[in-house]
Amino acid sequence: MSREEVFERLNKVFRDIFDDKSIMVNEETTSNDIEDWDSLEHINLIVAIEQEFGMKFNMHEVTTMKNVGEMVDIIISRIG
Amino acid sequence: MKELEYPFDVSYLISNKKKIKKELLAKPGLLPKNIAILGGSTTSEIKNMLEIFLLNHGIKPTFYESEYNKFYEDAVFGNEELDNFNPDIIYIHTTNRNIMEYPTMYNDENVINEKLNSEYEKFRIIWDKLFSKFNSTIIQNNFEYPYYRLLGNKDASDIHGKINFITRLNQKFYEYASSTKNFFINDINYVSSCYGLDKWANQFYWHMYKYAMDVQAIPYLAFNIANIIKSIYGKNKKAFVLDLDNTLWGGIVGDDGIENLALGPEVPSGQVYTEFQNYLKEHKSLGIILNVNSKNEHENAIAGLNHPAGTLKPDDFIIIKANWNPKNLNIKDIAEELNLGADSFVFVDDNPAERQICRDYIDGLSTPEIDVPENYIRIIDHNGYFEVTNFSNEDMKKNELYKDNAKRSQMMATFENYNDYLLSLKMKAEISTFKSIYLERISQLSNKSNQFNLTTKRYSLADIEAVDKDDNYIKLYGKLEDIFGDNGVITVVIGNIKNNDELHIDLWIMSCRVLKRNMEFAMLDALVKKAKERNIKTIYGYYYPTLKNKMVKDFYDLQGFEEISCDEDGNKTYKLDISNGYTNKNNVIEVEK
Repeated sequence: MSREEVFERLNKVFRDIFDDKSIMVNEETTSNDIEDWDSLEHINLIVAIEQEFGMKFNMHEVTTMKNVGEMVDIIISRIG
Repeated sequence: MKELEYPFDVSYLISNKKKIKKELLAKPGLLPKNIAILGGSTTSEIKNMLEIFLLNHGIKPTFYESEYNKFYEDAVFGNEELDNFNPDIIYIHTTNRNIMEYPTMYNDENVINEKLNSEYEKFRIIWDKLFSKFNSTIIQNNFEYPYYRLLGNKDASDIHGKINFITRLNQKFYEYASSTKNFFINDINYVSSCYGLDKWANQFYWHMYKYAMDVQAIPYLAFNIANIIKSIYGKNKKAFVLDLDNTLWGGIVGDDGIENLALGPEVPSGQVYTEFQNYLKEHKSLGIILNVNSKNEHENAIAGLNHPAGTLKPDDFIIIKANWNPKNLNIKDIAEELNLGADSFVFVDDNPAERQICRDYIDGLSTPEIDVPENYIRIIDHNGYFEVTNFSNEDMKKNELYKDNAKRSQMMATFENYNDYLLSLKMKAEISTFKSIYLERISQLSNKSNQFNLTTKRYSLADIEAVDKDDNYIKLYGKLEDIFGDNGVITVVIGNIKNNDELHIDLWIMSCRVLKRNMEFAMLDALVKKAKERNIKTIYGYYYPTLKNKMVKDFYDLQGFEEISCDEDGNKTYKLDISNGYTNKNNVIEVEK
């Protein structure tokens, strides 16, 4: 799966979770950029992304990823 | 909404809950309720999921959520926000993470018993404190099993084991539940077993977010809580409508012949249908009505139901529709004949196309997505359609009551004059102020009655108990029996005394089982008598239209009241002056003094 495809599918998950069709995530997006992205919504986002890509983040990854770009790195490393 | 019935797609719900919520909020006639969640771990997503499942049952929740792990403090020491919130339901979400002191191997039996007692007492104090402060219903989690066993298998049988300790603690919870009204156990021990304990106890979510369970299991938990709540508010299903071929037996009776049906102990495919028939039949003891809706010649359907290996016989059903009409029309007919809303039916049919048509045409009908026969029971059962909360003796007799009604209809056909028919029933009524043994039934009736209901005001058991104690209310129930049987408590009137000589009727309901029997006249006679004893001069009645109560739109006119106002929504106010005398209206029912 190309990086673009991952971003495209990821973007849909973000839009569903935050119920906001205007969201466009990029490499640098962080929780500061999306108003409803607080720690409680974060868990739902992680679960939804795991389901979308059929993979699991481990605790270390969830606690250290800095932005959506790093999240995509992990997804690609996991699903090849 | 089909997406919110079991088995549901968890990832769809997690991703789309906001959209689903918006859609459900747009429905008319939602019942508002205040729900306090007192948590011993993170509860945010539990609240979100509970909200959509409740909306799907027509209940619109407003939530209070305790601060993280402040369930004990909120309950015992109080909290202004919670006090002002005035909850209808208090849900206590605690898990084995909230057990403070487990036994250790160094403890002797006395110490372990003390630990057990102190864990239990902590909760008992919470419940008693909440009951003393609020007029609400408490829903309390029991404890799920721990995810590791220090003693291995012995953890279950040895008093030092955590599993043994949890089992004993749960047992104490159940004893409290069985002796306390308005208190219900949310059985997370069972729900976590069904989900799979190892998955349920995924520790990632605890260490990351202090969720005491897998976040993906939350829809199952919330669904289970919502089932208890909808049952409390009378939103359980009331009847099965069952297909026959490949639903109650394997094969098609009209084509294959009765001797070739798969039913009975000889072959696996027959056993599975026998077990399903047994499962359905068990529901009769809960007062669930069984009906048939099948595309078949009537005589073939009856022959199939008389199959020697079948446990369901024609006599077990109230209405059997075996014909070639569209099934959605049959369902509407059944609803009309039983005087029930079609939204209180569970329609079981192996054919997905039939399910879809009926679902499309009948709003609120439940049509479980049964797939293969060996899964029928699990899928129907896990939907919790008939969740038992307040079970009354009336429920157990329900099937007989409907059978009696069928006999009355036959007899009515033999009379030309309706009054003669009523007299021939030799009706006897008991009309009296509330008695404690009937409070449960009265609350149930107030939540179930939709058609003969002037104000559609709902009363939980706690609400009814409050009315019962309050001297400013005149509160009457009515029981009715006749030559065919006892209908039990079937009508309730609650009037509020204001300004010394006014009685305002907050609630007037009657079960549709006893329509057109003049019971409403007998009730008014009794109400006026009571009102006079309290020096009431004027009785005020109210009619608030809903989608379901058109039947009583002229009720007060027929009772001799005078309409005094009507707003643009059709809400009407009536009055009846009783200061200049009143003539009794009932002359067909003998009322016991």
